[in-house]
Amino acid sequence: MNDIIEIRDLVLEYGQGEEEEAIRAVDGVSLSIPRGGFTAIIGRNGSGKSTLAKCINALLLPGSGVVYVDGMDTADGDLLWEIRQTAGMVFQNPDNQLVSSIVEDDVAFGPENLGIEPEEIRRRVDRSLREVNMYEERKKAPHLLSGGQKQRVAIAGVVAMRPSCIVLDEPTAMLDPYGRGEVMEIVEQLNKEGVTIVLITHFMEEAARADKVVIMDRGRVAMEGTPEEIFSRAEELRAMDLDVPFAVELAERLRRQGVPVPGEIVETEALVEYLCQYK
Amino acid sequence: MLRDITLGQYYPGSSWIHRLDPRVKILGTFAYIITLFLVKDFLGFAIAVGFLALVIAVSKVPLRFILRGLKPIFIIILFTFTVNMFMTKGTTLVEWGFIRISEEGLYNAFFMGLRLVLLIIGSSLMTLTTKPISLTDGIERLLSPFRRMGLPAHELAMMMTIALRFIPTLLEETDKIMKAQMARGADFESGNLLKRAKSLIPLLVPLFISAFRIAQDLAMAMEARCYRGGEQRTRMHSMKFAARDGVAALLMTLFVALVVAQANWAAWW
Repeated sequence: MNDIIEIRDLVLEYGQGEEEEAIRAVDGVSLSIPRGGFTAIIGRNGSGKSTLAKCINALLLPGSGVVYVDGMDTADGDLLWEIRQTAGMVFQNPDNQLVSSIVEDDVAFGPENLGIEPEEIRRRVDRSLREVNMYEERKKAPHLLSGGQKQRVAIAGVVAMRPSCIVLDEPTAMLDPYGRGEVMEIVEQLNKEGVTIVLITHFMEEAARADKVVIMDRGRVAMEGTPEEIFSRAEELRAMDLDVPFAVELAERLRRQGVPVPGEIVETEALVEYLCQYK
Repeated sequence: MLRDITLGQYYPGSSWIHRLDPRVKILGTFAYIITLFLVKDFLGFAIAVGFLALVIAVSKVPLRFILRGLKPIFIIILFTFTVNMFMTKGTTLVEWGFIRISEEGLYNAFFMGLRLVLLIIGSSLMTLTTKPISLTDGIERLLSPFRRMGLPAHELAMMMTIALRFIPTLLEETDKIMKAQMARGADFESGNLLKRAKSLIPLLVPLFISAFRIAQDLAMAMEARCYRGGEQRTRMHSMKFAARDGVAALLMTLFVALVVAQANWAAWW
């Protein structure tokens, strides 16, 4: 089994009340997430990307279609806790997902819920805090931390549950550029250690660092491929009101000026490296 | 400004009292408060005051922090004192028009006032030397035996933990909404009491809405982290009775015994 998450014909509707018309947030999505990979899901607001993320964690159950997490059907109530432990989730608002007024107690929250032995919790908490570089702040109150630090604590809280996959739902949307950098660094590091990453974002620069990009539009998968494949189709992206990474934009303009920049350059560093040979 | 708020009134330290198990401190404080109502005369109060002074000295909490706790209830103490002084019947000490102060009244007033002061100092000493979060833990563990009788011990503690966590968040939110409404011309400061109370509506309505939104977000985050109530949940910090907790419990028992013996001295002889 090479795909940790498999989604087949997923449909999900909101607001099935009497008066309101049901809104189809996710409209027939089929998608597979490779194990150990770094997948970015992009799309504008209301494209269904957050809803899709919540389906992976069984916070929302499919209206029709199926979602498999490591071979487990999310609709199976008996597997609920195992699924949530396998696919951890980090949310957008750093303030609204921390439970305790002490950093280390918050990180311990997940393992405590799993019923793990106290000594083992202690070990996991210390390790996860070190992993996100927040060990020094372990005794602090979350409201004294910066947004990026809070988000790193939230990531540590998920890491302490030892998930094989972490879904991050716009984790950097409410952070300043510095905090964004901190969080992305941790995410990439976790990926290198073998954790599957699913990053929901609307920052193209972040998506360019993934090894697979999925574009969502109106509840459907509009494009799917490597960042190079996706971002070379800049015109189609713009038609969906999406930006392209800065490097792609610049490369495009350079090409118009006669500089033969290769199409597979989508990241700023790669572009810098390429341009430096002209010195 | 909001970054510096302290939760509760915890005074950071690492004294012997600070390091005691919160359960010992909670039970000890209860025992002390109950004992205060057994004390009837000067010698008894001298023992109670002496014991408290000793605990304060060991805790190394500056006296002004302890006395600060008395400020809000100063009026109540004064009221109790006055009522007791004038309303107790007995041997008249001073009589002036319709005002009469009896000897018993004076004693009663003094003892009642002192009792209140000691009660407040005793309980604020507990909150000064225990982190709110440890207090919550302590309460959870003390109440857990009653779980079988249907008392939601874990849920209560969880609620307190979350409340503690979100006080600063909600304060920040209030600040934000207040500034946003002020920018649109809302006036929170002028006018009489009624007008000022009314002007809070544009603050309270958005605050409630945002509190609900936060609650929803948090509930989802907790569920995503496998929260399913207190069942089969373990805790990272296991509370263990240390030697000092035993010593503290012993000292507390000795104090209670001493007070009880002293109060019933006459009857026993």
